[in-house]
Amino acid sequence: MTTAIIDYGSGNLRSAAKAFERATAEAGLPGPIHVTSSAEVVAAADRIVLPGVGAFGNCRAGLGALPGMWDALEDAVIHKGRPFLGICVGMQLMADRGLEHGGADGFGWIAGEVRPLDPSCSQLKVPHMGWNDLQVNGEGQADDAVHPVLAEISPGDHVYFVHSFGFVCAHAKHRLAHVDYGGPVSAVIGRDNMIGTQFHPEKSQAVGLKFIENFLRWRP
Amino acid sequence: MLKARVIPCLDVKDGRVVKGINFVDLRDAGDPVEQARIYDAAGADELCFLDITASSDNRDTIFDVVRRTAEQCFMPLTVGGGVRSVDNVRDLLLSGADKVAINTAAVHRPELVREAAEKFGSQCIVIAVDAKSTGPGRWEVFTHGGREPTGIDAVAWARKMETLGAGEILLTSMDRDGTRQGFDIPATQTIADALSIPVIASGGVGNLDHLVAGIRKGHASAVLAASIFHFGEHTIGDAKAHMAAAGIPVRL
Repeated sequence: MTTAIIDYGSGNLRSAAKAFERATAEAGLPGPIHVTSSAEVVAAADRIVLPGVGAFGNCRAGLGALPGMWDALEDAVIHKGRPFLGICVGMQLMADRGLEHGGADGFGWIAGEVRPLDPSCSQLKVPHMGWNDLQVNGEGQADDAVHPVLAEISPGDHVYFVHSFGFVCAHAKHRLAHVDYGGPVSAVIGRDNMIGTQFHPEKSQAVGLKFIENFLRWRP
Repeated sequence: MLKARVIPCLDVKDGRVVKGINFVDLRDAGDPVEQARIYDAAGADELCFLDITASSDNRDTIFDVVRRTAEQCFMPLTVGGGVRSVDNVRDLLLSGADKVAINTAAVHRPELVREAAEKFGSQCIVIAVDAKSTGPGRWEVFTHGGREPTGIDAVAWARKMETLGAGEILLTSMDRDGTRQGFDIPATQTIADALSIPVIASGGVGNLDHLVAGIRKGHASAVLAASIFHFGEHTIGDAKAHMAAAGIPVRL
Protein backbone atom coordinates (compact mmCIF):
# COMPACT_ATOMS: atom_id res chain seq x y z
CA MET A 1 0.00 0.00 0.00
CA THR A 2 1.67 3.21 -1.11
CA THR A 3 0.80 6.63 0.22
CA ALA A 4 1.74 9.70 -1.80
CA ILE A 5 2.26 13.00 0.02
CA ILE A 6 2.16 15.70 -2.64
CA ASP A 7 5.07 18.13 -2.56
CA TYR A 8 4.15 21.31 -4.41
CA GLY A 9 6.52 23.72 -2.76
CA SER A 10 4.18 24.52 0.08
CA GLY A 11 6.34 24.50 3.16
CA ASN A 12 7.93 21.67 5.00
CA LEU A 13 6.77 18.12 4.40
CA ARG A 14 9.36 16.45 6.58
CA SER A 15 7.22 16.32 9.69
CA ALA A 16 4.18 15.16 7.73
CA ALA A 17 6.19 12.37 6.11
CA LYS A 18 7.76 11.37 9.43
CA ALA A 19 4.39 11.32 11.17
CA PHE A 20 2.98 9.04 8.46
CA GLU A 21 6.02 6.79 8.71
CA ARG A 22 5.63 6.61 12.48
CA ALA A 23 1.91 5.86 12.30
CA THR A 24 2.55 3.21 9.63
CA ALA A 25 5.22 1.51 11.70
CA GLU A 26 3.32 1.64 14.99
CA ALA A 27 0.18 0.18 13.43
CA GLY A 28 2.17 -2.48 11.57
CA LEU A 29 0.74 -1.30 8.27
CA PRO A 30 2.46 -2.10 4.99
CA GLY A 31 3.72 0.23 2.37
CA PRO A 32 6.04 3.09 1.75
CA ILE A 33 5.31 6.80 2.13
CA HIS A 34 6.37 8.78 -0.93
CA VAL A 35 6.87 12.53 -0.80
CA THR A 36 6.46 13.43 -4.46
CA SER A 37 5.82 16.11 -7.04
CA SER A 38 5.28 13.52 -9.76
CA ALA A 39 1.82 13.05 -11.25
CA GLU A 40 2.76 9.46 -12.14
CA VAL A 41 3.55 8.58 -8.54
CA VAL A 42 0.26 10.12 -7.41
CA ALA A 43 -1.64 8.24 -10.12
CA ALA A 44 -0.15 4.96 -8.94
CA ALA A 45 -0.61 5.56 -5.19
CA ASP A 46 -3.22 3.78 -3.10
CA ARG A 47 -3.71 6.79 -0.85
CA ILE A 48 -3.10 10.49 -1.42
CA VAL A 49 -2.28 13.21 1.08
CA LEU A 50 -2.32 16.91 0.18
CA PRO A 51 -0.69 19.05 2.88
CA GLY A 52 -0.44 22.80 2.60
CA VAL A 53 0.56 25.90 4.49
CA GLY A 54 0.43 29.52 3.44
CA ALA A 55 -2.11 31.28 1.27
CA PHE A 56 -4.92 29.55 -0.64
CA GLY A 57 -4.13 31.16 -4.00
CA ASN A 58 -0.39 30.41 -3.78
CA CYS A 59 -1.07 26.79 -2.94
CA ARG A 60 -3.53 26.46 -5.81
CA ALA A 61 -1.01 27.98 -8.19
CA GLY A 62 1.81 25.79 -6.83
CA LEU A 63 -0.24 22.65 -7.39
CA GLY A 64 -1.27 23.84 -10.86
CA ALA A 65 2.39 24.33 -11.77
CA LEU A 66 3.13 20.60 -11.45
CA PRO A 67 2.70 18.99 -14.88
CA GLY A 68 -0.26 16.62 -15.01
CA MET A 69 -0.87 16.79 -11.26
CA TRP A 70 -4.34 18.23 -11.44
CA ASP A 71 -5.57 15.55 -13.86
CA ALA A 72 -3.87 12.80 -11.84
CA LEU A 73 -5.55 14.00 -8.65
CA GLU A 74 -8.97 14.33 -10.18
CA ASP A 75 -8.69 10.90 -11.80
CA ALA A 76 -7.45 9.15 -8.64
CA VAL A 77 -9.84 10.81 -6.18
CA ILE A 78 -12.99 11.44 -8.18
CA HIS A 79 -12.95 8.63 -10.73
CA LYS A 80 -11.01 5.87 -8.98
CA GLY A 81 -12.22 6.70 -5.47
CA ARG A 82 -8.81 6.46 -3.79
CA PRO A 83 -8.75 7.67 -0.17
CA PHE A 84 -7.70 11.32 -0.02
CA LEU A 85 -6.65 13.45 2.95
CA GLY A 86 -6.21 17.22 2.73
CA ILE A 87 -4.43 18.97 5.60
CA CYS A 88 -4.94 22.67 6.44
CA VAL A 89 -4.78 24.58 3.13
CA GLY A 90 -4.76 21.14 1.43
CA MET A 91 -8.21 20.68 2.98
CA GLN A 92 -9.35 24.18 2.10
CA LEU A 93 -8.51 23.56 -1.57
CA MET A 94 -11.38 21.04 -1.69
CA ALA A 95 -13.82 23.99 -1.54
CA ASP A 96 -15.47 25.72 -4.48
CA ARG A 97 -13.64 28.89 -3.70
CA GLY A 98 -11.24 30.57 -1.28
CA LEU A 99 -11.57 34.26 -0.48
CA GLU A 100 -7.98 34.85 0.68
CA HIS A 101 -6.11 37.65 -1.17
CA GLY A 102 -8.90 38.47 -3.59
CA GLY A 103 -10.05 34.91 -4.11
CA ALA A 104 -9.23 31.82 -6.13
CA ASP A 105 -11.10 28.74 -7.26
CA GLY A 106 -10.67 25.49 -5.37
CA PHE A 107 -11.26 21.93 -6.62
CA GLY A 108 -15.01 22.14 -6.02
CA TRP A 109 -15.01 18.67 -4.43
CA ILE A 110 -16.92 19.68 -1.32
CA ALA A 111 -19.46 22.46 -1.67
CA GLY A 112 -18.46 25.48 0.35
CA GLU A 113 -16.24 28.51 0.67
CA VAL A 114 -13.09 29.32 2.59
CA ARG A 115 -13.75 32.57 4.42
CA PRO A 116 -11.86 34.72 6.94
CA LEU A 117 -12.36 33.67 10.54
CA ASP A 118 -14.63 36.18 12.22
CA PRO A 119 -15.04 35.20 15.85
CA SER A 120 -18.17 36.67 17.43
CA CYS A 121 -16.05 37.76 20.39
CA SER A 122 -13.63 40.48 19.32
CA GLN A 123 -11.15 39.51 22.04
CA LEU A 124 -10.39 36.26 20.26
CA LYS A 125 -7.16 36.44 18.28
CA VAL A 126 -6.69 35.66 14.61
CA PRO A 127 -4.84 33.45 13.60
CA HIS A 128 -6.65 30.78 15.60
CA MET A 129 -3.42 29.31 16.92
CA GLY A 130 -3.00 26.48 19.37
CA TRP A 131 -4.84 23.47 20.79
CA ASN A 132 -8.60 23.22 20.61
CA ASP A 133 -10.90 20.33 21.55
CA LEU A 134 -12.78 18.47 18.83
CA GLN A 135 -16.55 18.12 18.81
CA VAL A 136 -17.15 15.08 16.63
CA ASN A 137 -20.46 14.89 14.81
CA GLY A 138 -22.47 11.79 15.61
CA GLU A 139 -20.68 11.33 18.95
CA GLY A 140 -22.98 9.59 21.41
CA GLN A 141 -25.37 8.52 18.66
CA ALA A 142 -25.50 5.19 16.90
CA ASP A 143 -22.09 3.57 16.48
CA ASP A 144 -22.00 4.08 12.76
CA ALA A 145 -22.64 7.82 13.02
CA VAL A 146 -18.96 8.61 13.63
CA HIS A 147 -16.71 8.70 10.60
CA PRO A 148 -14.20 5.80 10.68
CA VAL A 149 -11.24 8.19 10.44
CA LEU A 150 -12.48 9.77 13.69
CA ALA A 151 -12.84 6.44 15.48
CA GLU A 152 -11.42 6.40 19.01
CA ILE A 153 -10.95 10.17 18.94
CA SER A 154 -12.65 10.98 22.23
CA PRO A 155 -14.72 14.03 23.07
CA GLY A 156 -12.34 16.63 24.43
CA ASP A 157 -9.29 15.35 22.56
CA HIS A 158 -7.17 18.31 21.51
CA VAL A 159 -5.55 18.96 18.14
CA TYR A 160 -3.29 21.76 16.91
CA PHE A 161 -4.59 24.58 14.72
CA VAL A 162 -2.97 27.53 13.03
CA HIS A 163 -5.12 29.33 10.47
CA SER A 164 -6.92 32.58 9.71
CA PHE A 165 -9.46 31.24 7.20
CA GLY A 166 -12.05 28.53 7.71
CA PHE A 167 -14.04 26.11 5.54
CA VAL A 168 -17.74 26.99 5.54
CA CYS A 169 -19.58 23.92 4.21
CA ALA A 170 -22.67 24.44 2.07
CA HIS A 171 -24.10 21.19 3.48
CA ALA A 172 -23.93 20.52 7.23
CA LYS A 173 -23.47 16.77 6.62
CA HIS A 174 -20.01 17.41 5.16
CA ARG A 175 -18.74 18.90 8.42
CA LEU A 176 -17.64 15.84 10.39
CA ALA A 177 -16.14 17.66 13.37
CA HIS A 178 -15.76 21.22 14.54
CA VAL A 179 -14.19 23.30 17.29
CA ASP A 180 -15.56 26.30 19.08
CA TYR A 181 -13.78 29.57 18.38
CA GLY A 182 -16.29 32.35 18.79
CA GLY A 183 -18.71 30.02 16.99
CA PRO A 184 -18.23 26.67 15.28
CA VAL A 185 -15.18 26.33 13.02
CA SER A 186 -14.84 23.34 10.65
CA ALA A 187 -12.15 20.98 11.96
CA VAL A 188 -12.81 17.92 9.79
CA ILE A 189 -14.78 17.82 6.56
CA GLY A 190 -15.41 14.97 4.19
CA ARG A 191 -17.60 12.92 1.93
CA ASP A 192 -17.25 9.51 0.29
CA ASN A 193 -13.52 8.75 -0.14
CA MET A 194 -12.23 12.21 0.77
CA ILE A 195 -11.53 13.83 4.11
CA GLY A 196 -9.80 17.01 5.19
CA THR A 197 -8.55 18.47 8.45
CA GLN A 198 -8.12 22.11 9.31
CA PHE A 199 -5.84 21.04 12.16
CA HIS A 200 -2.38 19.54 11.72
CA PRO A 201 -2.45 15.83 12.62
CA GLU A 202 1.33 15.72 12.12
CA LYS A 203 1.67 18.28 14.93
CA SER A 204 -1.00 16.93 17.26
CA GLN A 205 1.05 14.38 19.19
CA ALA A 206 -0.72 11.10 20.06
CA VAL A 207 -4.19 12.17 18.87
CA GLY A 208 -2.74 13.24 15.52
CA LEU A 209 -0.90 9.94 15.03
CA LYS A 210 -4.11 8.04 15.83
CA PHE A 211 -5.96 10.07 13.21
CA ILE A 212 -3.27 9.32 10.62
CA GLU A 213 -3.41 5.62 11.47
CA ASN A 214 -7.20 5.69 11.03
CA PHE A 215 -6.79 7.31 7.63
CA LEU A 216 -4.24 4.68 6.57
CA ARG A 217 -6.66 1.91 7.61
CA TRP A 218 -9.71 3.55 6.07
CA ARG A 219 -11.51 1.66 3.31
CA PRO A 220 -14.19 3.99 2.02
CA MET B 1 -12.35 26.21 23.26
CA LEU B 2 -8.83 27.31 22.42
CA LYS B 3 -6.41 26.60 25.26
CA ALA B 4 -3.66 28.76 26.74
CA ARG B 5 -0.32 27.34 25.63
CA VAL B 6 2.67 26.45 27.80
CA ILE B 7 5.94 26.66 25.84
CA PRO B 8 9.31 25.56 27.23
CA CYS B 9 12.29 27.26 25.61
CA LEU B 10 15.74 25.74 25.14
CA ASP B 11 18.88 27.76 24.46
CA VAL B 12 21.01 25.98 21.89
CA LYS B 13 24.64 26.85 21.17
CA ASP B 14 26.72 25.08 18.55
CA GLY B 15 24.07 22.38 18.40
CA ARG B 16 24.11 21.72 22.13
CA VAL B 17 21.69 22.74 24.88
CA VAL B 18 23.18 25.41 27.13
CA LYS B 19 20.35 25.80 29.59
CA GLY B 20 18.27 22.67 29.72
CA ILE B 21 16.74 20.00 31.85
CA ASN B 22 19.19 18.56 34.28
CA PHE B 23 17.72 15.15 35.00
CA VAL B 24 19.88 12.29 36.14
CA ASP B 25 18.34 9.79 33.76
CA LEU B 26 19.27 11.72 30.65
CA ARG B 27 21.75 9.88 28.48
CA ASP B 28 22.99 13.13 27.01
CA ALA B 29 21.70 16.25 28.75
CA GLY B 30 23.33 18.40 26.09
CA ASP B 31 21.37 16.87 23.23
CA PRO B 32 18.50 19.20 22.26
CA VAL B 33 16.61 16.34 20.64
CA GLU B 34 16.58 14.32 23.82
CA GLN B 35 15.27 17.31 25.75
CA ALA B 36 12.66 17.94 23.08
CA ARG B 37 11.43 14.36 23.45
CA ILE B 38 11.01 14.82 27.19
CA TYR B 39 8.91 17.94 26.70
CA ASP B 40 6.93 16.24 23.95
CA ALA B 41 6.12 13.33 26.25
CA ALA B 42 5.31 15.74 29.09
CA GLY B 43 2.60 17.42 27.05
CA ALA B 44 4.24 20.75 26.25
CA ASP B 45 2.01 22.62 23.81
CA GLU B 46 4.88 23.83 21.66
CA LEU B 47 8.63 23.90 21.88
CA CYS B 48 10.99 26.81 21.26
CA PHE B 49 14.67 26.59 20.35
CA LEU B 50 16.67 29.78 20.69
CA ASP B 51 19.91 29.45 18.75
CA ILE B 52 22.60 31.49 20.50
CA THR B 53 25.48 30.21 18.40
CA ALA B 54 27.91 33.10 18.08
CA SER B 55 30.27 31.85 15.41
CA SER B 56 28.98 31.86 11.86
CA ASP B 57 31.04 28.68 11.28
CA ASN B 58 28.67 26.73 13.48
CA ARG B 59 25.41 28.26 12.33
CA ASP B 60 24.44 25.18 10.34
CA THR B 61 24.37 23.07 13.51
CA ILE B 62 20.83 24.28 14.24
CA PHE B 63 19.51 22.76 11.02
CA ASP B 64 20.58 19.31 12.08
CA VAL B 65 19.04 19.83 15.53
CA VAL B 66 15.74 20.94 14.00
CA ARG B 67 15.77 18.11 11.48
CA ARG B 68 16.32 15.43 14.09
CA THR B 69 13.73 16.97 16.43
CA ALA B 70 11.08 17.10 13.72
CA GLU B 71 11.67 13.44 12.95
CA GLN B 72 10.81 12.42 16.48
CA CYS B 73 8.54 15.05 18.00
CA PHE B 74 5.14 15.59 16.44
CA MET B 75 4.48 18.94 18.06
CA PRO B 76 4.84 22.56 16.92
CA LEU B 77 8.41 23.85 16.96
CA THR B 78 9.53 27.48 16.86
CA VAL B 79 13.16 28.33 16.12
CA GLY B 80 14.73 31.75 16.62
CA GLY B 81 18.14 33.37 16.86
CA GLY B 82 20.29 34.72 14.05
CA VAL B 83 17.55 34.72 11.41
CA ARG B 84 18.59 37.38 8.88
CA SER B 85 16.98 36.67 5.54
CA VAL B 86 14.13 35.01 3.69
CA ASP B 87 16.62 32.24 2.84
CA ASN B 88 17.33 31.68 6.54
CA VAL B 89 13.59 31.39 7.18
CA ARG B 90 13.21 28.91 4.34
CA ASP B 91 16.14 26.79 5.50
CA LEU B 92 14.69 26.51 8.99
CA LEU B 93 11.21 25.68 7.71
CA LEU B 94 12.62 23.06 5.35
CA SER B 95 14.55 21.56 8.24
CA GLY B 96 11.29 21.07 10.10
CA ALA B 97 10.58 24.24 12.07
CA ASP B 98 6.91 25.23 12.06
CA LYS B 99 7.55 28.84 12.98
CA VAL B 100 10.58 31.07 12.78
CA ALA B 101 11.21 33.92 15.22
CA ILE B 102 12.83 37.08 13.85
CA ASN B 103 14.14 39.94 15.99
CA THR B 104 17.17 42.03 15.02
CA ALA B 105 16.78 41.54 11.28
CA ALA B 106 13.21 42.86 11.41
CA VAL B 107 14.46 46.06 13.07
CA HIS B 108 17.17 46.48 10.45
CA ARG B 109 14.78 45.83 7.58
CA PRO B 110 11.06 45.61 8.43
CA GLU B 111 10.22 44.64 4.84
CA LEU B 112 11.80 41.27 5.58
CA VAL B 113 8.71 40.49 7.66
CA ARG B 114 6.37 41.23 4.78
CA GLU B 115 8.50 39.23 2.34
CA ALA B 116 8.70 36.22 4.64
CA ALA B 117 4.99 36.34 5.49
CA GLU B 118 3.99 36.57 1.84
CA LYS B 119 6.28 33.75 0.87
CA PHE B 120 5.62 31.30 3.71
CA GLY B 121 2.43 32.57 5.34
CA SER B 122 1.88 34.68 8.43
CA GLN B 123 1.30 31.56 10.51
CA CYS B 124 5.02 30.78 10.57
CA ILE B 125 6.40 34.26 11.19
CA VAL B 126 6.92 35.09 14.86
CA ILE B 127 8.38 38.46 15.74
CA ALA B 128 10.49 38.37 18.88
CA VAL B 129 10.25 41.72 20.65
CA ASP B 130 12.76 42.35 23.44
CA ALA B 131 11.34 45.28 25.39
CA LYS B 132 12.70 47.38 28.21
CA SER B 133 10.73 49.88 30.31
CA THR B 134 11.51 53.54 29.68
CA GLY B 135 8.84 55.00 31.97
CA PRO B 136 5.26 54.33 32.99
CA GLY B 137 3.40 52.73 30.10
CA ARG B 138 6.38 52.98 27.74
CA TRP B 139 8.75 50.31 26.49
CA GLU B 140 11.64 50.40 24.05
CA VAL B 141 12.66 47.67 21.59
CA PHE B 142 16.15 46.20 22.06
CA THR B 143 18.09 44.01 19.66
CA HIS B 144 21.15 41.73 19.72
CA GLY B 145 19.89 39.69 22.66
CA GLY B 146 18.88 42.79 24.59
CA ARG B 147 22.17 44.65 24.28
CA GLU B 148 21.35 47.29 21.67
CA PRO B 149 18.71 49.99 22.22
CA THR B 150 16.80 51.07 19.12
CA GLY B 151 14.74 54.05 20.28
CA ILE B 152 11.66 52.28 18.87
CA ASP B 153 8.45 52.22 20.92
CA ALA B 154 7.56 48.58 21.54
CA VAL B 155 3.78 48.98 21.25
CA ALA B 156 3.98 50.85 17.94
CA TRP B 157 6.56 48.33 16.75
CA ALA B 158 4.38 45.34 17.57
CA ARG B 159 1.47 46.97 15.71
CA LYS B 160 3.69 47.60 12.70
CA MET B 161 4.84 43.97 12.71
CA GLU B 162 1.23 42.81 12.73
CA THR B 163 0.48 45.06 9.75
CA LEU B 164 3.48 43.67 7.85
CA GLY B 165 2.20 40.13 8.31
CA ALA B 166 3.57 38.72 11.57
CA GLY B 167 1.41 35.86 12.86
CA GLU B 168 2.45 36.10 16.47
CA ILE B 169 4.54 38.22 18.85
CA LEU B 170 7.01 36.73 21.33
CA LEU B 171 7.36 39.48 23.92
CA THR B 172 10.33 39.22 26.27
CA SER B 173 10.82 41.73 29.04
CA MET B 174 14.50 42.64 29.30
CA ASP B 175 13.79 44.05 32.77
CA ARG B 176 12.41 40.75 34.01
CA ASP B 177 14.38 38.16 32.03
CA GLY B 178 16.39 36.06 34.47
CA THR B 179 14.99 37.79 37.58
CA ARG B 180 12.35 35.16 38.43
CA GLN B 181 10.05 38.01 39.52
CA GLY B 182 7.35 37.31 36.96
CA PHE B 183 6.40 38.70 33.56
CA ASP B 184 6.20 42.43 32.94
CA ILE B 185 2.41 42.40 33.15
CA PRO B 186 1.74 46.01 32.07
CA ALA B 187 3.90 45.57 28.95
CA THR B 188 2.30 42.23 28.11
CA GLN B 189 -1.23 43.49 28.63
CA THR B 190 -0.67 46.73 26.72
CA ILE B 191 0.76 44.94 23.69
CA ALA B 192 -1.68 42.00 23.78
CA ASP B 193 -4.63 44.39 23.92
CA ALA B 194 -3.24 46.51 21.09
CA LEU B 195 -3.00 43.56 18.65
CA SER B 196 -5.34 41.08 17.07
CA ILE B 197 -2.60 38.43 16.70
CA PRO B 198 -1.55 36.22 19.65
CA VAL B 199 1.15 37.34 22.09
CA ILE B 200 3.47 34.95 23.93
CA ALA B 201 4.61 36.29 27.31
CA SER B 202 8.27 35.66 28.13
CA GLY B 203 10.91 36.67 30.64
CA GLY B 204 10.92 36.45 34.41
CA VAL B 205 8.95 33.35 35.34
CA GLY B 206 9.93 32.21 38.84
CA ASN B 207 6.86 30.33 39.96
CA LEU B 208 3.61 28.90 38.65
CA ASP B 209 1.52 31.88 39.73
CA HIS B 210 3.51 33.93 37.25
CA LEU B 211 2.18 31.76 34.42
CA VAL B 212 -1.38 32.38 35.59
CA ALA B 213 -0.76 36.13 35.75
CA GLY B 214 0.67 36.18 32.22
CA ILE B 215 -2.58 34.82 30.81
CA ARG B 216 -5.10 36.35 33.19
CA LYS B 217 -3.62 39.81 33.76
CA GLY B 218 -1.27 40.04 30.81
CA HIS B 219 -3.89 38.77 28.34
CA ALA B 220 -1.22 36.64 26.65
CA SER B 221 -2.29 33.64 24.54
CA ALA B 222 0.73 31.61 25.62
CA VAL B 223 3.44 31.61 28.26
CA LEU B 224 7.07 30.76 27.63
CA ALA B 225 9.48 29.71 30.34
CA ALA B 226 12.90 28.15 30.61
CA SER B 227 14.54 27.71 33.98
CA ILE B 228 11.51 26.68 36.06
CA PHE B 229 11.17 23.64 33.83
CA HIS B 230 14.80 22.89 33.15
CA PHE B 231 15.90 22.58 36.74
CA GLY B 232 13.11 20.18 37.56
CA GLU B 233 11.40 22.56 39.98
CA HIS B 234 8.17 22.14 38.06
CA THR B 235 6.96 19.88 35.31
CA ILE B 236 4.79 20.93 32.39
CA GLY B 237 2.04 18.94 34.10
CA ASP B 238 2.45 20.93 37.34
CA ALA B 239 2.23 24.16 35.39
CA LYS B 240 -0.94 23.15 33.58
CA ALA B 241 -2.61 21.75 36.69
CA HIS B 242 -1.88 25.00 38.49
CA MET B 243 -3.26 27.07 35.64
CA ALA B 244 -6.34 24.86 35.39
CA ALA B 245 -6.95 25.20 39.13
CA ALA B 246 -6.85 28.97 38.63
CA GLY B 247 -9.59 28.65 36.03
CA ILE B 248 -7.44 29.03 32.89
CA PRO B 249 -8.38 26.66 30.07
CA VAL B 250 -5.39 24.43 29.29
CA ARG B 251 -4.88 21.14 27.48
CA LEU B 252 -4.37 18.56 30.22
